[in-house]
Parts: sequence; C-alpha cells; structure tokens
Amino acid sequence: MKKEFKVIADLLPSNTRVLDVGCGDGSLMSLLRKEKNINVRGLELNQSNVQQCIHKGLPVIQGNAETELHQFPDQSFDYVILSQTLQAFYEPEKVLRDLLRIGKSVIVSIPNFGYWKVRTKLLFFGKMPVTKTLPNTWYNTPNLHMCTIKDLFNFCDEKKINIKKVVGVNEDKISSIKKGNLEIKNLFSKLGIFLIG
Amino acid sequence: MPSLAGLFFWMNIKLENIKKLNVKKPLKLDCGKTISNFPLAYETYGKLNKNKDNAILVFHALTGDQYVTGTNPITNKEGWWITAVGPGKAIDTNKYFIICANVIGGCMGSLGPRNINPKTNQPYGLDFPVITIKDMVRAQESLLDHLGIKKLLCATGGSMGGMQLLQFCATFPDKTFSAIPIACSSSHSAQNIALNELARQAIMADPVWENGKYVLKNVQPKNGLAVARMVGHISYLSEKGMQEKFGRKLQEKADYEFSFNADFQVESYLRHQGYAFVERFDANSVLYITRAMDYFDLSKQFKGGLIEAFKNQETKFLVISFSSDWLYTTKDNKDIVIALNASGADVSYSEIATDKGHDSFLLDEPEFLKTLKGFIDSMYEKFKNEKRI
Repeated sequence: MKKEFKVIADLLPSNTRVLDVGCGDGSLMSLLRKEKNINVRGLELNQSNVQQCIHKGLPVIQGNAETELHQFPDQSFDYVILSQTLQAFYEPEKVLRDLLRIGKSVIVSIPNFGYWKVRTKLLFFGKMPVTKTLPNTWYNTPNLHMCTIKDLFNFCDEKKINIKKVVGVNEDKISSIKKGNLEIKNLFSKLGIFLIG
Repeated sequence: MPSLAGLFFWMNIKLENIKKLNVKKPLKLDCGKTISNFPLAYETYGKLNKNKDNAILVFHALTGDQYVTGTNPITNKEGWWITAVGPGKAIDTNKYFIICANVIGGCMGSLGPRNINPKTNQPYGLDFPVITIKDMVRAQESLLDHLGIKKLLCATGGSMGGMQLLQFCATFPDKTFSAIPIACSSSHSAQNIALNELARQAIMADPVWENGKYVLKNVQPKNGLAVARMVGHISYLSEKGMQEKFGRKLQEKADYEFSFNADFQVESYLRHQGYAFVERFDANSVLYITRAMDYFDLSKQFKGGLIEAFKNQETKFLVISFSSDWLYTTKDNKDIVIALNASGADVSYSEIATDKGHDSFLLDEPEFLKTLKGFIDSMYEKFKNEKRI
C-alpha cells in the first residue's frame, strides 16, 4: 500500500538513521532516501528481495527478524520500521521489545482486524475474512497473531509503551487516532500506523 | 610426461615473463624481520579510466594466483575466477580495471620460499620468514601507488582472499569505496587450523621434503603435497554435493577390483586433483600460506576486538556466505556482519542457498554472480556521483 509508505515518510524527520525490518524489495527505503535523505538499512528474509535491494544500492542484511535482531546494538537507529509483519511473528511482544531497544522510536503498522469489512465477513458469512489487506485463507495465512488497532492501543497502555502518534489509513484517507475516537477509527481504518517509544 | 625437474626448469623460464613490481620500500613483517627490494607479481585486466574510479582489487585464495581470468600463461589453464571476471561477466572487464597480485609467500612470481636468499645465494626454503595475512596485504598496497590509484572502486576476495580483504579494510580504511568479503572468516577456527595442520603434516612427512631443502635438488615432495591438496579439496565440497556428484560410483569399472587402486570415482577425483596440483604449486608455499591463515585473527590486533577493527569505516560492505560451506560457515560470515553493524559501518549481507560448499564462490552460481554484479554496478554509480560532488 503506497499510502502507508507516504504516511511513514511523513512521520520521519530528514537526515535520520532508519532500520526497515522486513524491508521487502526496498521500495520504502528508496523513498526515504530520495525524499528525506535518510540513512536507511534493511533486514529481509527473502533472497530475491535481498538481491533487488542490493541492485538498487540499498544496504540490506539477509536474516530473520524473529531470531536475528540481537545483532543490532542498543539505540543504534533513530527509527525502526516494522510494516505489517508484527502479526506474523511467533512472539510479537519479544520482537517489539527488541525494536524498542534498537530504535529511539519505532513505527509499527498493522492490518486492522477491527475494520468493518473484516468484522462483517465473520459476522454475516461465518468465515475467516479474506480482504485486500488480508489476502490469505485461514490455512495458509502467515498471520499468527491478528489484532485490531484497539488491541495494539491497549497493549501499549498495559505494557507502558509510550504512544507518540497513531494514524489510521482507509484507502486514500488518513486520520489521527486518539483515545476519544478510537472506537470509530477502529471500525473504519484498514491499517493502523503506530509511532511508539 | 616431462620429468618433474624438467617441469620446474620450464616453469622457471616462464616465470621470467610475469609482470612484476620491484617493491623497494622496506616492509617490516609481523615476525620482526624486514624484507625490501622484493618482487610482487601481478596482472591487470581491462582499462583504468581517466578518472581512475573503476579499479577493482581482487585478493586470491590459498592456491590461487594473479591470473584471475583469461588463460593462465604459466599453466595454460583458465584463470581461477573466470566464472565471475571477464567481458560482460559479473565483474566486467569491459567496464572495470581489475588488479590481482600474487601473495608474498606464494610461488607465481612474488617473493616466496623458492626465491634466492641473497645471504646464502640459495633458495630460501625454511629460511624464508614466516609471513602473515597483514604482511601480504601491506605488500600489495604498494601496487596501488605504483598504478596511481588513490581509491579503489571495490576490493573483493573469497576464502583467504576475503581474510586479506578484511585486513586491508582494517589497515587502510580509506583505500576502497566498497568491499565484498566472500566465504571467509575474521579468525581461523580450531577446525580450520586442524585441517591446515593436516596438509602441512602430509608435506613434511614426505621424505623428499627434507626440511624444505628439496628446492636445492630441483624436486618436489609431490606425494605429500598431493595429499595436502586432497585434504583441501574435501573441505571445499559439501557432504551433499559430494554424494550427488560421486555417490558410490565406480571409476570406469563394473565391480570392485579388490585392490587399493582408485575403485571409486571420488578416489580418482581426489588423486587427479592432488597430482595436478603438484605441477603448479610449491610445497613450501603451502606451508607458509596456511600458517599465515592460521595466525589470522583480526580481533586480536585491536584492543576493542572486531568492532574496533572496523571503526570509522566509510567503506560499503557486502558480505556473502554459502549455506553449505562448512569451512567458513554462515555463522563465521555473520559474525563479521554483526561487528560491522555494531561499529556503524554500511553493510549488506546475503547467504546464497547452494549445495556446492565452500567452492561455490569459484563456480557458476547464478544467484551469487547476480548479487555480485548488482552490488558492484550500483557502487560504481555511487562512487562516480560522490567523486563528482
């Protein structure tokens, strides 16, 4: 989702040091480097994605975020980005803690399971929802820990993780999410982008 | 087949035609001895452009030499990295200027144990000083001055070549814009040392070796040297790769011979590799070069360890390992990446999935070669832009 990258880019100040965990083919890294002169690094599991990043001249380390974040020193990046993968980890809390250790701030985006289309699919059809943001079926989904914007909001509260900003994305519209509008935004946002730490 | 003595005579004649730099500046070796006025043999491919920003330095591995690609004029065989270096290849000789020097201690024209010791007027043999990876690298640095290159576009090397490269970056942090260490390690493990010791013991157990004095008789401890090479060859392949290539296949026979001839293909292969090697390599050189590898421990040279070794690096790194390499494992290579990361260096890392073991870096491994090419080409664009600014 291009809109997501735009929102993330807007959240980041220029000339900072950023680690993109699960950086894919490096699209977001390219954008950040070009638009904001950000010193980017990526971590990516898939070999062909790694190769694409290298071809673009983007520094990328092939590795698994679940097991290999320990190699990055404490507070070695201004920001760490985790785009739509938190729900795919075996231990999302452990990964999140690691991200907060490595970065002074962390940007986490999640596909929102509380989005109304997801809710209605389950409610009216009695089937696990398959949508554009959640394209897989129950037996082949990599998503082990689906959550809603509200869930992650509450999780941060409970775990005393400081929430700096939350942005909801629905198609081309973006909106700021606060405690006061959480219920309604949780229903109408496809994606939640959290700036924490 | 010509006699071995004749062969060496033939080699010596040809060795005269090797491109050499006479390094006048004294070089104080790690062992405390000093060498000066010594030959450093090298070869170049492609053309250095006007801006001198297209130079790539290649460091060769244990049994390699300066003849990276094309035809090796001494052995008349293909250059050892012809899969990666050449016109239109990953390291494109139409675009880049490639330099490779024979390591000191070697036997392809650079100062080594076969050279004449000016003090005795006889070949050095074991009087040759024990050298280190750092000594090799410092000797090669003078070549850059000679060629008028202030900063390389890239430096690369696999195996011992990768070790030289890590040393080069730590010792001369501003001499290369980018670096690609391949299938190497920042320090030799117990297993690495043990395998090298096996190779050395095989050579030293050969009665022809005579404490390294065989050179005086113009012979070669070929049995010992061949075994040393066989040990190496086993470590360059993976178990799976070996099984797939040879399995229990017999060598041109229907059944066992009930003898100790090479019944199995794998035996025949090893024997062939071993005895082909003695025709192009010097036994004492194997002793000296393997010793240099065993002494290599980059972290030992710096108080703060490996992280300190890479501090203030402007060089952009790409570390590459091969999944089935058990000589210099993915973990060995990842440790380099972790140290580079911790010291804040610009580092990329890729593990190539293959069954071909340590040898993969010399083979036609498409994913590996694509990664190599992508990195070098993107670095060239960056380097040009940086120079323009």
